[in-house]
Amino acid sequence: MKFGIVVFPGSNCDRDMQDALQNELGKEVVMLWHKDKDISMFSTDDCIVLPGGFSYGDYLRCGAIARFSPMMESVIDFAKRGGKVLGVCNGFQILCESGLLPGALLPNAQQQFVCKNVYITDDAKTPLMVPVAHGEGRYYAEENVLDELEAAGQVMFRYCDEKGNIEPLSNPNGAMRNIAGIRNKENNVFGMMPHPERAISPALGNIDGIQVFKLLGLN
Amino acid sequence: MPSLVNKQSPFKFLLKGLFLFKKIYSCLLAPLSYLRTAMEINVQTARQLRLTDEEFELIKKVMGRTPNFTELCAYSVMWSEHCSYKNSIKWLKTLPRDGKRMLVKAGEENAGLMDIGNGFGVVFKIESHNHPSAIEPFQGAATGVGGIHRDIFTMGARPIASLNSLRFGNLNEAKTQHLVAGVVHGIGHYGNCFGVPTVGGEVYFEERYHTNPLVNAMSVGIVRNGETISATAEGLDNPVFIVGSATGKDGMGGASFASADITAESVEELPAVQVGDPFQEKKLLEACLEIIKTGAVVGMQDMGAAGIICSTAEMSAKGGVGMEIDLSRVPTRQKNMKAWELLLSESQERMLIVIQKGKEESVLKIFEKWDLPCEQIGRVTDNGLLQFYMNGQLEASINAESLVLGGGAPQNDREYKEPAYFEKIKAFDPGSITLSEDLKSVAKKLIQIPNIASKRWISTQYDSMVGAANLSTNSPSDASVVLAKGTGKALAMTVDCNSRYVFADPYKGGMIAVAEAARNIVCSGAEPIGVTNCLNFGNPFDPEVYYQFVYAVKGMGEACTRFDTPVTGGNVSFYNQNPDGAVYPTPTIGMVGVIDDLEDKMTMDFKQQGDVIYLIGESRNDINCSEYLHKLKGVEYSPAPHFNIEEEFEVQQAVRQLIKKKLLQSAHDISEGGLITTLLECGFPRRLGFDVQQSATTIRKDAYWFGEAQSRVVVSCTLKNAEELLTQLKSLNVAYEYLGIVTENNIDMEGEYWGHIDDWKELYDTAIEKKLTSVEKGGESSEPKSSKEEAVKQGITLKGEVKGI
Repeated sequence: MKFGIVVFPGSNCDRDMQDALQNELGKEVVMLWHKDKDISMFSTDDCIVLPGGFSYGDYLRCGAIARFSPMMESVIDFAKRGGKVLGVCNGFQILCESGLLPGALLPNAQQQFVCKNVYITDDAKTPLMVPVAHGEGRYYAEENVLDELEAAGQVMFRYCDEKGNIEPLSNPNGAMRNIAGIRNKENNVFGMMPHPERAISPALGNIDGIQVFKLLGLN
Repeated sequence: MPSLVNKQSPFKFLLKGLFLFKKIYSCLLAPLSYLRTAMEINVQTARQLRLTDEEFELIKKVMGRTPNFTELCAYSVMWSEHCSYKNSIKWLKTLPRDGKRMLVKAGEENAGLMDIGNGFGVVFKIESHNHPSAIEPFQGAATGVGGIHRDIFTMGARPIASLNSLRFGNLNEAKTQHLVAGVVHGIGHYGNCFGVPTVGGEVYFEERYHTNPLVNAMSVGIVRNGETISATAEGLDNPVFIVGSATGKDGMGGASFASADITAESVEELPAVQVGDPFQEKKLLEACLEIIKTGAVVGMQDMGAAGIICSTAEMSAKGGVGMEIDLSRVPTRQKNMKAWELLLSESQERMLIVIQKGKEESVLKIFEKWDLPCEQIGRVTDNGLLQFYMNGQLEASINAESLVLGGGAPQNDREYKEPAYFEKIKAFDPGSITLSEDLKSVAKKLIQIPNIASKRWISTQYDSMVGAANLSTNSPSDASVVLAKGTGKALAMTVDCNSRYVFADPYKGGMIAVAEAARNIVCSGAEPIGVTNCLNFGNPFDPEVYYQFVYAVKGMGEACTRFDTPVTGGNVSFYNQNPDGAVYPTPTIGMVGVIDDLEDKMTMDFKQQGDVIYLIGESRNDINCSEYLHKLKGVEYSPAPHFNIEEEFEVQQAVRQLIKKKLLQSAHDISEGGLITTLLECGFPRRLGFDVQQSATTIRKDAYWFGEAQSRVVVSCTLKNAEELLTQLKSLNVAYEYLGIVTENNIDMEGEYWGHIDDWKELYDTAIEKKLTSVEKGGESSEPKSSKEEAVKQGITLKGEVKGI
């Protein structure tokens, strides 16, 4: 599996993602400039990553402008053809703005940026320590959408405590139902607020991010 | 010579000016309209521009004529303290500024550059943004961060980390809460978006910063040797470009604004605070690093204080050339800007770049890629003159050299005398202080003092992990340790200054600031290599304030020499003063160290139950200047704590050797809050307790547990290594004593049970949050109440209007 990482002018986790995929997971990585459109080098078995950052400054709504960029047109098309797309943090926001994933990311409940290690889990058993760093990461969707997501098993990660208990105090941003990451129905588009690429290097003392990529099927 | 007198009709100006700018430029407008109508430049004009009578005479002498208004404005900002260091340079020159790792001379470039080996250099600098932050905390702090990062990447280095040193008044005050929230939000807003992690810092709350908060920001970057860019202009006819944001009227005269006391009228000067755009700066960073690779760049300088005039003057003076600049070509965000406004504007996110003639295309293509406006505004000349044209008319003609530090800018000798309050300090009798409560109650209060308690309410608002290189996230050290990717090394960095010590004894306090920084670096397993400093003082015309400055610099100099950490550059911020007095003298030290072998990195937290705890350094019968004495006993005047530079040096050498020999599990120095605070902080990260007792029985209990005598480090080692550690300690030239052992989670103090570590951690972690919850909830209590503060509030609204123009 080959990876493409979209670089918006305000992306600031693009190189971290590149380091993680290339150096730590040994993947082939191609950097994709936001003004370009050509992604013909990728097949639908490959994965395009929208990294964290502030795509176009995010002075409007996070990701609201990025979805209209030339590269995003190609990425949206790629996703619709079944290609794998992962959005992390700002990337998740862009995916929601693009309509590739349901819901929206609202300003954190505490009205402050938050950066710290949190725990997330896919099954309420194995907590993984992964950092978050965002000002607008409160996942929101209508109740019926949330019910559908849960029924279809599309909620991939929820915030939990260090023992794996999904409880309100472990929720860093007030996300509905502690949702940290979701996927689409077709299981090829993934979005999450926590940064697995920041938890992947043994030198940093945390490699739980590797498990995140495994759970996403992107290892 | 063409006429230098502005021919603008006074009438026209008055009408337009009064109508359009009355609200925003109330301060600047008054002198301006007077000048333009009268059009007579005299000593009154000079005074209104904050030049002294002597300086005005000097300008006339240098120019051989009376300057016009535009020229006088140029001198006014370039000879302000902020740009010229006129009242500090004499003493700054006494600091040690040479060393084997220095790759550029101190003050030669925008920031210090030191060799870290393997073909790489570290670029670092600290700078103040105190005055803007006092008036408009959010933008003031944000642009402070933006400005310091520009100083780093203008040299071709990529910033990898930032730190900050913040000082506020009493945290119980609504005004302080408002400032803390605004400054922290501003730093976070800029740094988080720009994408450089904020990895460390210090925050103090003292009454003396109530009106004058301090906001010092430091940036650290990495550059491959030989790929740096100098802030110089060379080569006749080489084109001069301005790149980045359009120029507006924000930040007008900020450099001279920063060179005056803050008074009730300061809120009227709001336009002197700039507005930041981190997204623009992020693009500027990437583009600037990319253009260096073209080999076409002759020189580059960011525009911070004093905007176009400063960058053109400094680059020209450095290269021994002149420049011909057509100001009408500068992209503007407002119509009808005057020449002096264009020269002085401190609009953010702009660079001045000199490119080799004929190679412009390769550079322009890169700026186009990043959607950054880039305009040729002039060319390099060989006559040493800065000639500014506007619509074909020469507006100003000034010798570049005469404007800059080291050239024509004045260098003053200021008077100083021993402060009268020293008598009160000498009169302090520690015998008058008694430990009136049990140790445990005092310790509980101590760790909840905002100066000591966890700053997590602040630090979690900063992205500390972007870059995936912060080695302190999951294993904390006394200094922040950041991987310098690609170099095979890590850097340790810290900002330190206990300003109350400096207040008590400027000389000793200056030494302690350096010593503590070095101690933090050493306790992280690194070798300290260099210093950048931010010297925050009151009004230099006050001889007692100037005494603090002179002696603090002397102390810093001596300590920097002893620790072999030359001063690579920095910043002086005077006039941190208001009608009630000056701030504590605050010479903030930013220090960088290198870890050659990552195996040598040392952390501050206890590792496991059963490990043995030792104190390296000597316990002293000393409560002077401690948080215990100041905050809990209410004593404002006491001498600085015990400090002996040789003793300090030996302790640091000892800790370094023990780390190298892999004998230590943890090392954490003793600072504010004394030994008990250090032990608790060692226990918090892994929620381990300790069982300790006082072995030096001749020392009063409060001094032993809460005293802040310097040169002491708490270390732990495994039981297995304890004997070897003792053998080593005996052979080293340091005092040491056994304190006890690490426990599972209980705290036992001299046989008395003090409870579970989690309970103490809870108190420590939440002390600041509890005071700030009203701000978080947007409660009424956080709103400024007084009329003056009301004006500040209105000012903030005004600021939004400026941004929207």
